[in-house]
This record gives sequence, structure tokens and C-alpha cells, in this order.
Amino acid sequence: MNALNFVPVWTVILGAGIFFYVLLDGFDLGVGMLYGLMPDTRSRNIVMNAIAPVWDGNETWLALGGVALLAAFPLAFAIIIPALYFPILVMLLALVFRGVAFEFRFRDAEHKTFWDQGFCYGSTIATVAQGIMLGAFVQGFKVEGRVFAGGAFDFLTPFSVLTGIGLVFGYGLLGAGWLVLKTEGEIQERARRYGRICLGGVLIAILVVSLWTPLMSEAVSRRWFSWPNILILSPVPIATALVAVGTWRALNGVSQSGTFLGAIGLFALSYAGIAISLWPLIVPYHYTLAQAASSPGTQAFLLVGTLFLLPIILVYSGWSYWVFRGKVRADVGYH
Amino acid sequence: MDLDPVLLSRLQFAWVIGWHILMPAFTVGMASYVAILEGLHLVTGREVYLRISMFWIRIFSVAFGVGVVTGVVMPFQIGTNWSRFAEAAGNVVGPLFAYEALTAFFLEAAFLGVLLFGRRLVPPWAHFVAALMVASGTLFSSFWILAANSWMQTPSGYEVIDGRFFPKDWFDVVFSPSFPYRLAHTVTGFFVTTGFVVLAIAAWLIRRERSVEEARVMLSMTLWLLTFLVPLQIFLGDQHGLNTAEHQPAKLAAIEARWDTERSFPLTLFAIPDPANETNRYAIDVPYLGSLILTHSLDGEIRGLKAFKPEDRPPVAIPFFAFRIMVGIGFLMLALVATSWWLRYRRRLSDSPWFLRACMAMGPLGFVAVLAGWATTEVGRQPWTVYGLMRTVDSTPPSLKGGDVLASLLAYMAVYLIIYPSAVFIAARLVRNGPAVAPVSGAPIESGRPSAPVNVELRQEGKLP
Repeated sequence: MNALNFVPVWTVILGAGIFFYVLLDGFDLGVGMLYGLMPDTRSRNIVMNAIAPVWDGNETWLALGGVALLAAFPLAFAIIIPALYFPILVMLLALVFRGVAFEFRFRDAEHKTFWDQGFCYGSTIATVAQGIMLGAFVQGFKVEGRVFAGGAFDFLTPFSVLTGIGLVFGYGLLGAGWLVLKTEGEIQERARRYGRICLGGVLIAILVVSLWTPLMSEAVSRRWFSWPNILILSPVPIATALVAVGTWRALNGVSQSGTFLGAIGLFALSYAGIAISLWPLIVPYHYTLAQAASSPGTQAFLLVGTLFLLPIILVYSGWSYWVFRGKVRADVGYH
Repeated sequence: MDLDPVLLSRLQFAWVIGWHILMPAFTVGMASYVAILEGLHLVTGREVYLRISMFWIRIFSVAFGVGVVTGVVMPFQIGTNWSRFAEAAGNVVGPLFAYEALTAFFLEAAFLGVLLFGRRLVPPWAHFVAALMVASGTLFSSFWILAANSWMQTPSGYEVIDGRFFPKDWFDVVFSPSFPYRLAHTVTGFFVTTGFVVLAIAAWLIRRERSVEEARVMLSMTLWLLTFLVPLQIFLGDQHGLNTAEHQPAKLAAIEARWDTERSFPLTLFAIPDPANETNRYAIDVPYLGSLILTHSLDGEIRGLKAFKPEDRPPVAIPFFAFRIMVGIGFLMLALVATSWWLRYRRRLSDSPWFLRACMAMGPLGFVAVLAGWATTEVGRQPWTVYGLMRTVDSTPPSLKGGDVLASLLAYMAVYLIIYPSAVFIAARLVRNGPAVAPVSGAPIESGRPSAPVNVELRQEGKLP
């Protein structure tokens, strides 16, 4: 149709979209998990209010990620999604429970009600499911021709269970960072305490995954450890170590935003690490981004609107965050 | 036992979309209604509009929350259960879904937060803009999702290369032949559905003598809107039917249970279709009426089901009965609206007990009509996912086992059967609180978000009783 190649720009858009989802829904799923550890009604209300106005927009990035994958890389969508049949089912149902809890729970119940539990466990289960999907994706799927050819439980391996647990700590750290930012006093102290535990878990998970992945795949191992890659890529682990130290200090200090920023940094570096390991594959070890891409006509049609709409979306989404800026209190401005 | 993954996948899709569509059926209309109320309040300064708006925003937020979480389920269905359709048609329908997310979901989500929580945080005009943006988002969403659905019903603007669909002309892809009719008919149907819900609750409040001022405004305003919308909807339905006759003749034959190709054909009011013998049992026919309605002439012709190969025919019973339920409800609604004209002329709109009872009884009928209409058009599309081009049986992933789908279907059933009754229960509690009664924070029956601070301040300013 034309000589222009839109695959790189779609790779950037999809990559950024998924990363946005991970950060945004990551912190509110993390807050959802920590919600279950809050001791009383008042702190539960504050914790929920810290995300109530924004969670819906955050989850929208998941829908965008799904449909943008379908539109820009339909072959990848058609292989990866069926391969993750049960983790996706579990994630969706868990997200249903936690999503409706915002509206359904009794705000003034002395004890935790069904929907309070639904909120906390829904957030946790959705997180584990996403982590498992990540692990299964990195491990790769059995593919024949243009379809997934494996079994429904291929996703379940020690590696994917590890990434599932790792992501609980990861989102927990993001959530703790958000709570440090949005709350004060006793709740903030709790958030810092949970944040320290989560940071430990995250670092262990990053370390184990970083050692396990190259052992699992020779290609990944060559990517990182062959000369001169080992030198060029060495900033990634070094930066990770520095950010980890910074995050730890923010958690123990007085910084209001340091934990959240540190958590974002760790996610960005881990994300970069995975991208470096798998590049340029989108269906690991079978199809590259270019092979799985939709037609230039399709990518161009969607790109025109996306380049116009995405900045606008970022502006008004940013505005809605701005409206609800500052520390949340128990009793401020709801409909 | 051999479980059929295709049949189970269809049941699962019907289950998740059937429940999901009930939410847009209400929130699309309600978002626009709230925007109108907020606008009226901003322009006229009358507090009654604000109280009505705040009442419905609370109920809207429950429905919207359920709509969002059940909506996120939908695009993943296309991957988990219909991946071969996704791979074959992704180049064409993928961008339509993506544009729905880009133009609608973010708009709704970002401004919903401001609409629900921001009344005291932003100026009144900005709050009104938020209401407008949420309403626009729901309409954009309808536009794109129905464009995708219409393309599957009446594909155009594509070419087929190696068994996959590629775009040739994007205008033709988006504006496929059935799209304008489907969009108008569906969105008007959503507005009417919302209207009847508002009507029922207004009637209930008047009969209970609670918040009578607000309820009278709701009743009168909504009946004005329905005065235009219900006749419009019947007209649009007729036009959509003519379009179906032109582009999906097998679907139309199933809807009307016509087996033979004939001229001057009757309208079958009721029958038990018998596909095995290719005939109808216990048919009640009205001569010539079928020709008149479907071709707008007395000697018009219809292609009967026998003109299509058995493997290309849709099931007959579901489109046939679902269509009759939808049309029957449509005319019942018209009768109610016509009655309201008479009562309004007699100035007895809000104090005729039997009329108010009728309004209450008809409150949920819009939802029934939407489901019936959806069943008509989707079952009528069978046995195709892309009409005439890609079969439903060729659309599921080859890796999918019947047992897996059974497990996921049961899981969706269990969860939705917890979620929906809970939503109805909570919405009913919000309705019982009524518009004028500000829920007091700390009252044990209140759930959802605390609405007290805003109302308390309004009360101090003398804006609420």
C-alpha cells in the first residue's frame, strides 16, 4: 500500500500503553491489596478515597492495551490471549469484584464486609494472574502455524508462579508509594512499613528472574552476556541497584513522593529488562513485531487518530488527577 | 460426554454481553439525561433540577461501575474464545475497537471522576462540561462498537487475502450498509429504556407521596421526551427492517418465519416454527400485512428460508419470538405515551393512579426490548461471525476444549449472579432514599460513596429542604 513502516511507532505506542497500565492500575491494585491490612473503618475509607476518582481511568488502559494489540498486532493477540485463557478469566473476574466494591461496600461498616473482602482479594488475585501471565509470556507458548497449539494449563510453571508472587510485591510497592503520597499520619506510617516489606520482595523477585531467564533461554543469555552487550547493558542492573537504594531511603525518610517515584523507576527498569531480553519478538520465540503486525493500511488509519487523541487523553486525564491533588481526607467532596 | 467448545463459547458470549448490554442500555440514556439536568440547572438556576440530577448520578454511578467491569471482559472474549475471528478480521475491526477506547473510554473515565466527586472542587460550568463529556463518551462508545458490530453483519470496504480480511476503504468499513440504521435504532432504544426507568421511579415516588415536586418534573419531562422518542423508534425500527431485508435476507426470513419465497405474503403473528419440516405450526396469519410492512407494498416479495442452503440458515425460533417481544413492547410503550397526551390535556398527568401504576409496571420493559432486539439481530446473523464470509464454527481457537469453556462459563455465571442482584439491591436502596432526602453520612443503610458533605452544604445554603 505504501512504503512507510508503522511498526516501530506502534511498538512504542503499545509499549507505552502497557507500561502506563502497569503503573496506573498497578498502584491502585496495590492500594487494593494494602486496603485489606487497614485496621479500621476510617482508614479504609481514606485508603479507598485515595483511588476512587481515578481507578476507572486506570483500568481503561487495560482495555486499550487489549484492543490496540488486536488492531496493531492481530496475530500476537490471536495467539497470546487464547494461550492465557484461564489467567485472563481469573483476572477479569477478580477485576469485576474489586471494581464494583467501590460502589457496593458499606462505607461505615465496623467490620469488613463481603465487598471489603472482595476489594482486597479481588485486587490480589488480579495481580497474581497478571504476574503469571507475564511469566508465561516470557517463557513462550507452543505455536503451530498461526495458532496457539498448547494446553490450557501450559501457563502454570514454577517460573510463572514466581512472577505472579513477584508482581504482588511490585504492585504492593507502587500502592504503598501512592499511599505515602496521598495520606498522612498513621496511615502513611503503615504504608511505609508495608512498602519496606514489598521492596524486599520486589528485589528478590527481580534478582531471581534476572538469573532464571537467561538460564531458561540461550537467546536471552546471549543478548545480555555476550561482548560488547554486557558492557552496553550494564547500566540497567546498576541503575536498578541505585534506584532500590533510593527507594529504601525514601521509605525510611520524610519524602512524600520518593517511594512512588522509586517504585516507578524499578518498574521502568524491569520493563526495559524484559524488552531487551525479548526484542524484537512479540510472540516470544515465534513471531517478531513486524511479522505479527497488521497491514500498513490498518496501522496508518489507527495511527492518525491515535496521534491526535492520545495527547488530548493525557491532558484531560492529567487534569482529572490535578482536580483531586493533595492529601485525601475522610470527608472531602463526594457527590 | 463431548462438549462443543463453539456452542459453549456462544453461550458464554451471549451471557456476558447480555448482562453487559443492560448497563449501557441505561447509562447511555442516563448520561445524557444528567447532562440535560445539569445544563437546565446551570441556565435556569432552579434547584429542583440539581436535586433530580444528584439523585440520578448516584444510581448512574452504580450502573456505570458495573458497566465498566463487565465491559472490560468483552474485548478479551474476542481473544480467549474467538481468536480465529480476531486473526482473520483484526485488520478491519481492530481499529474500530481501539477507537472506541481512545474516543470514549478515557473520556468517560476521566470526567466521571469529576462528575461524581468534583462538584465542590471545580466551577459549576466545568462540572457541567464533565457531565457533557461523560454523555459524549457514551455516545462515541455506541458509535464505534456498533460500527464494528455492523461490519460483522453487513461487511463492506474490505478485501480478502489468504483467508484474512484487509481494509480497502475505511469509510465503507465504518459506515457499512446496516450501520446508520443500527446506530440510530440502538441508541434511541437506549434512550427510551432510560426514559421508562425514570418514568417508573417518578411514578413510584408520586404514589408514595415522596419528593413529589421532583417526581412531577421527572414524569412530565420524560413523557415529553418519550413523545418524540417512541414514535421515532418505531419508525427507525421499520427502516432498519427494510435494510435487513436488503442486506440480510436469511435473517429477515427467520424473523418472519417465512419458508417459501412468495409475493403478497401474510404476517405471521404467532406460530411454532418447525425447521425439521420447514414449516410453521399453529400459525396465525394476517393476509397481505407481511408484504405491506416488509416491502411497503401489497404485492412485495420475500425470499423464504428454503432459498438458502440449510447450513446457511439461522435458527428460526429465537429471532422469530424475540422480534415479536421487542415489537410488542414498542407498541405497548406507544400506547402508554399516547395515553399521557390525553392525561396531559386533561391536566391529570401525575394524579391518575392507574396511569402511575402502568408507568411503574413498564419500567423494566425497555431492558427486555433491548435484549430481545439484540437476540434477534445476533442470532439472526448466524451461522456467520462475518456475515456470509466467515462461519461461527471456524472462529474459535483450535486449542480450546469444551471442558475449558464450560468451566469459564460457569465462573462467569456465578460471578454475574452475585454482582447483578447486588447492584439492583443497592440501586433500589438509593431509589428509596429519594431525591430530596440527602443520605446522612454515618447512617448504617448508606453504601457507595458518602454524598453527605455536598448535601449538607447545600442545605445550609437553603438549597435543599
